[in-house]
Amino acid sequence: MIAAHYPALQIVVPLIAAPLCVLLRRGMLAWLITVAVSWLAFFIAIQLLQQVMASGPISYELGGWAAPWGIEYRIDSVNAFVLLIVTGISAVVAPYARATVDQEIPEERHYLFYSAYLLCLTGLLGIVITGDAFNVFVFLEISSLSSYVLISLGKDRKALTAAYQYLVMGTIGATFFLIGVGLVYAMTGTLNMADIAARLDAVENTRTVLAAFAFITVGLGLKLALFPLHLWLPNAYAYAPSAVTVFLAATATKVAIYTMLRFVFTLFGADFALDVTLLAEFLMALAIVGVFAASITAIFQNNIKRMLAYSSVAQVGYMVLGVSFFSVTGLTGGIVHLFNHAMMKGALFMALGAVFYRLGTVHLDRMRGLGRQMPLTMFAFVIGGFSLIGLPLTVGFISKWYLILAALERGWWPIAALVLLSSLLAVAYVWRVIEVAYFRDPPANHPKVTEAPLSLLVPMWVLVLANIYFGVDTSLTIGVAESAAKSLLGMGG
Amino acid sequence: MTGELAIIAAILVPLIGAFLIAASHRHPNQREAATLVTATALFILVLSLLSPVLAGERPEMTLWEIIPGISIALQAEPLGMVFALIASFLWIVTSVYSIGYMRGHHEKNQTRFYVCFAIALSSAIGVAFAGNMLTLFIFYEVLTLSTYPLVTHHGTDEARRGGRTYLGLLLFTSIAFQLLAMVWTWSVAGTLDFTPGGILEGKASGGVIAVLLALYIFGIGKAALMPFHRWLPAAMVAPTPVSALLHAVAVVKAGVFTVLKVTVYIFGIDVLADLGSSRWLMYVAAATILFASLIAIRQDNLKRRLAYSTISQLSYIVLGAMLVNPLGIIGGGMHIAMHAFGKITLFFCAGAILVAAHKTEISQMKGIGRAMPFTMTAFLIGSLSIIGVPPMGGMWGKWYLALGALEADHIVLLIVLMLSSLLSIGYLMPVVIQAFFRSGDQPSGNPGIHEAPLPCLIAQSVSAMGCIALFIYPDPLFRLMSMVVSP
Repeated sequence: MIAAHYPALQIVVPLIAAPLCVLLRRGMLAWLITVAVSWLAFFIAIQLLQQVMASGPISYELGGWAAPWGIEYRIDSVNAFVLLIVTGISAVVAPYARATVDQEIPEERHYLFYSAYLLCLTGLLGIVITGDAFNVFVFLEISSLSSYVLISLGKDRKALTAAYQYLVMGTIGATFFLIGVGLVYAMTGTLNMADIAARLDAVENTRTVLAAFAFITVGLGLKLALFPLHLWLPNAYAYAPSAVTVFLAATATKVAIYTMLRFVFTLFGADFALDVTLLAEFLMALAIVGVFAASITAIFQNNIKRMLAYSSVAQVGYMVLGVSFFSVTGLTGGIVHLFNHAMMKGALFMALGAVFYRLGTVHLDRMRGLGRQMPLTMFAFVIGGFSLIGLPLTVGFISKWYLILAALERGWWPIAALVLLSSLLAVAYVWRVIEVAYFRDPPANHPKVTEAPLSLLVPMWVLVLANIYFGVDTSLTIGVAESAAKSLLGMGG
Repeated sequence: MTGELAIIAAILVPLIGAFLIAASHRHPNQREAATLVTATALFILVLSLLSPVLAGERPEMTLWEIIPGISIALQAEPLGMVFALIASFLWIVTSVYSIGYMRGHHEKNQTRFYVCFAIALSSAIGVAFAGNMLTLFIFYEVLTLSTYPLVTHHGTDEARRGGRTYLGLLLFTSIAFQLLAMVWTWSVAGTLDFTPGGILEGKASGGVIAVLLALYIFGIGKAALMPFHRWLPAAMVAPTPVSALLHAVAVVKAGVFTVLKVTVYIFGIDVLADLGSSRWLMYVAAATILFASLIAIRQDNLKRRLAYSTISQLSYIVLGAMLVNPLGIIGGGMHIAMHAFGKITLFFCAGAILVAAHKTEISQMKGIGRAMPFTMTAFLIGSLSIIGVPPMGGMWGKWYLALGALEADHIVLLIVLMLSSLLSIGYLMPVVIQAFFRSGDQPSGNPGIHEAPLPCLIAQSVSAMGCIALFIYPDPLFRLMSMVVSP
């Protein structure tokens, strides 16, 4: 019986846990609640995905109010997969958070940190699960506001400017999105996504709908850090507390990309986007330019967190590129890269968090000789780096395979060549770190560094092994991603 | 043991060996024993596959689907047998040699060295027994990565720079060209299985096949075809056993082996012969043969000279493949074996000279034959095999390559082969002459014999005798290679 309410519980549990943390006012308790809630949410997401894969989309009427008037939670293979990514990452980040939060955030704010974290989780899950366009905006704001708080808790004072920058950009993005939703509402008189999709066809050639489409894609483009709307991201990731960087890097942009997929494919429809607008061409051009610009910028960063942040912008480019093919293979590649990139960046940022935990900095120069001093952490970084490059036996290879295949299917071999060349840029920035960590002697005037504690190593290595496991056995990831791609393109599944 | 199990075991045994080696890092003798036992076990496993394969069986197994439609698949076929037999046999010899060299030269981090070595061998065997292109590519990349710590073993700036060139070029070619070619093949052919006669016939136009062939041949950077050859001299910063087994046998032969494999089983030699798409690549290989030999003559550092010689000799095999006739393929396959024995002997000797006399430059080696008679005799035998004169095995490879060139009516290539033999006399014999017929720097009479450690001597005499044995008894090799071209 409780299984029928999993969709509601997916949101309600973290939502209730957040104020509970505030009431308890104890950092330790708040952390325990966060871990328990994250694991419960992960469990629910697994159940939901199984249900969806076994018996098709789930529709859940919140509070028993029927769909067009009440809020409907609608779960198909696309968002069940994204729910799994978000909760899965949270399930490993929550145990990881404790040690880094103890060190980076003053004790009296711990419970606030955890409640903001839970709110952020609620917001991200809500965006994904809901079937109501306005509800998306509400959850978007919940997740955004809480992530501004989380970022501003960073140890460095620059975290405040970074959070402020993100706040300004994020608000512009959310506002654009809201304007778009408003225009859609004006034309269709409904906010339920399925309803909108049914009614938009009749009015799709109006200027209002076109404007709505533009506002929504640009607004979401800001949230997903699509080049050149990515400027908020590097600072936000670089100065946020370690656990927050891991969590946001692995989930926030993915959720924004999911939202774009949902609006473009389910609401407006692929035909509209292809025939009436130039979205595919725009996305492809921006994706390719973004991949190269961000990768090249990454090569010149000395703050390694910043370097990986630029790499994230590049990786968002790959996901968007996959989407821009508007084909099953391309979308499969883009969607599977949501998952795969979460695994690789999660592992990499966790390794950096452990470095920060021991060194108090992630400056390249201070990482000299770390290969010997923190062997497990740095080896995790190496494997994460391999995955980022896209070497075989890692998840990165699978994503790359699908992107190249999608390009070749269309006969666009220059795109395939560009994807491959850009992955060589990843070799350049990953290898800079490897050479410094393994070939340089540790700085003489600094105290000796020891390996990170187990509470950081275990979650890190869980993700590292996931990078390898899902690079070798793709039946789950590709299976779900392919079915998601087909359902987005209206080909059943 | 059934053939299927033997294939799996051949890949797993070196990996298990790597664990044993790592576990016994505090006990050097136990560690070296683990290496030797692993190497021997591997050779026996590979050998057990020989008679079923010669009898026409093709033990194969499909493990699991890695991407929908493409599985990790393994298969023992004649060409792979040639490569696997040579790599696994020479690993035993190299392991003996390494013990003498690494201890005699007081190298650091020996455990890491042996662990990476074992992983590299496991992936070389994986390349040999890969049943489809994706499986091969995976092992190919693991081979690149597992040898990187070996190349940069010394951890110096020079090693770091060498490693950068090594990794950069190998990853660049494999990702930018080979991976693209592979996905492209998959998208037009719908399969990546190695199939006699190829998988592209009728699936792709002549133009696409020509482009694919070029992507593969240059994408297999380990074959060191110019202009993507620079990684091989760069890899010479590694300890000598690495240069010997990996950069004269396992890694480079994995490259040319892949070239042969792709030519025969992805494209099919008849298809390529009809289209003529391989002709210009044949001339690229011929040019590499000559240019690399010319560069080799000018090198004073012995290992660098040998490296350029390897580049030149590898292109013999690429040339054999690009002749796209049966004799060329047979010649290429035979040359894999012949060159392996000859060149590993030469590297063993170069390392022995470094350990015993601390010399790396040829100009310093005057009169060294008097102090190291065994080593330099082995060097002479290895040199003669590379040059290709009887009674050395090196002759057979060149013999069939020459026949292949004649059959294809490319007299120019015949001249290239002869010129290159002359050039190889030009870069190898001066070392021997320097060693035996010039007097040393020290005028103080005869310094007496000062040879390399015993394990080094054993290893180099085994490989030198191998050169002679292969001249007398090349039959199994010939039979295996004939099966490749007429299944």
